[in-house]
Amino acid sequence: MTLPRSFGFETRMLHAGHVPDAETGSRAVPIHQSTSFVFHDTRHAAHLFELKQYGNIYTRISNPTTAALEERIASLENGTGALAVASGMAAQLTTFLTLLSPGDEIVASSHLYGGSVTQLTHTLKKLSLKVHFVDPTRLENWERAITPRTRLLYGEIIGNPRGSILDMEPLAKLGNAHRIPLVVDATFATPYLCRPIDWGATIVVHSATKFIGGHGNSLGGVIVDSGKFDFSSFATLAEPSDAYHGLRFHDTFAHYAFLMKARVETVRDTGCCISPTNSFLLIQGLETLSVRMERHVHNALLVARFLDAHPKVAWVSYAGLPDHPDHALAKKYLPLGPGAVFTFGLSAPTPADAREKGKQLIERLQLFSHLANVGDARSLVIHPASTTHQQLSDDELSRAGVGPEMVRLSVGLETSEDLLWDLEQALEGLP
Amino acid sequence: MTAACAIRLNSALTPDQKALFQSPDQIRNVLATARTVAIVGLSVEPQKASHFVASYLQDAGYRIVPVNPRGGVILGETVYATLAQVPFAVDVVDVFRPSPEVDALAAAAIQIGARVLWQQLRINNIGAAIQAREAGLVSIVDACIKMEHGRYSGGLHTVGMNTEIVTARRSRVHGSTF
Repeated sequence: MTLPRSFGFETRMLHAGHVPDAETGSRAVPIHQSTSFVFHDTRHAAHLFELKQYGNIYTRISNPTTAALEERIASLENGTGALAVASGMAAQLTTFLTLLSPGDEIVASSHLYGGSVTQLTHTLKKLSLKVHFVDPTRLENWERAITPRTRLLYGEIIGNPRGSILDMEPLAKLGNAHRIPLVVDATFATPYLCRPIDWGATIVVHSATKFIGGHGNSLGGVIVDSGKFDFSSFATLAEPSDAYHGLRFHDTFAHYAFLMKARVETVRDTGCCISPTNSFLLIQGLETLSVRMERHVHNALLVARFLDAHPKVAWVSYAGLPDHPDHALAKKYLPLGPGAVFTFGLSAPTPADAREKGKQLIERLQLFSHLANVGDARSLVIHPASTTHQQLSDDELSRAGVGPEMVRLSVGLETSEDLLWDLEQALEGLP
Repeated sequence: MTAACAIRLNSALTPDQKALFQSPDQIRNVLATARTVAIVGLSVEPQKASHFVASYLQDAGYRIVPVNPRGGVILGETVYATLAQVPFAVDVVDVFRPSPEVDALAAAAIQIGARVLWQQLRINNIGAAIQAREAGLVSIVDACIKMEHGRYSGGLHTVGMNTEIVTARRSRVHGSTF
């Protein structure tokens, strides 16, 4: 007897989550731009609303195009399933709202995207959820912050903007010992460079807006569950749900209880659903993910080496370079390369001079687009001190880990020599 | 039938056990040919997993046969106290009872001439599974019959689950890879 075949990453990137349908045989995933779906009869409708039947009711809850995106990402992450939502921020918030009850606590890495810090600090506070931020580089910091109310550990595999690498394997073990799930934002890695579930993470979230979509045209977020965590001690999943006649999600749906609850309660009620057209565009991105990511990390390493050797550059923080403190972790978790987003600092004698040089560099660049996004096929640049963080004083900037000399790049797929040419001509003109 | 691919997730079984007790070809064959499914341990409570499975199987066109010592009627079907008391042929014996009880149920399934012994998700009495298999029954372990039907009929996919089905072949029937 021949064993059934396990297909490779690239094959699943193109085929998982979509079987050509009987009626039309459409090869590409069709865009089901429909708000709602006709029931067979009243019994069918009743069973759909009671969750006793699988099927589509309304695009706020599920949609056939979005289902193809969801299953494809679940397959690529080696997860049991996935839920796509409006954005990466919505993916995080949906995860928190589904798992946590008022009074519960999160221990989170301090090396996070600024928008995530704001969501965790301010929005969750309004819901009586408490967050302890820790320096993620030492496991004992996480351990010390855990209390009996801790229900979730949270970090980014590649921290934004410092490019630090989260040591997931011991962290997941620590979580398991305390029966706390590890939730990892893997936006900068994509499932091609790193699959956190393989290292013990329970839930993976993505801003699919970035490298998954890859073309800077659509917002979207995705939540993937490993299906391996025992949520029986989580009140939100184990206790009867008032919204579904006392249904206990954990008892009835087993390994997909979290995703079902997230879909049919959290996203249904908050309305943070994704548009089917965005799902289609993100699927288009996924189909070339491996090819693009190989080129992204290739170009990123060339750019990082170039800057590292440049006399007008004070430092480069890219874990792909051997002198980065997390280089060994990057080789362990991201052997193909630690993504294509990183920061560097301009040489400048004073903070005021650094701010000015940062501005001038941005003004001189010809190919790097100056905007607030990452993960586009095109190369992107931002100087936080003169844009996103311009209201902060020099002291406040350094406390936020954002020096006035810091520039963030998202290295795209252009001809690598052209990217080096652009940086050279822009740096050359600086005083 | 499309070429089967590996189904690896969501099971406590070893790869060798999966080959014997979760073969995608066997599961699809069972789902395509069975008509009558006895559900041992079917609850009268509408929000219990067994009730979800039973009503789903009815919607999918199977006749369900409740087996439960309390008697009465569930989902319009007479409840029988034991498998031996069911007065007609049963294709599948689907088990919602703790693993230690499956030895006796396997013997009863063999006795009544059932074709399949199906142990639900998280129920894995391997000894009973081998006993049924050696008596010529198809033996499925640690899998949900509703999810497996949903895997191949397209339903599980609609809720974003990883069906692990990878194929470029066109479906023969709407929403189905049976």
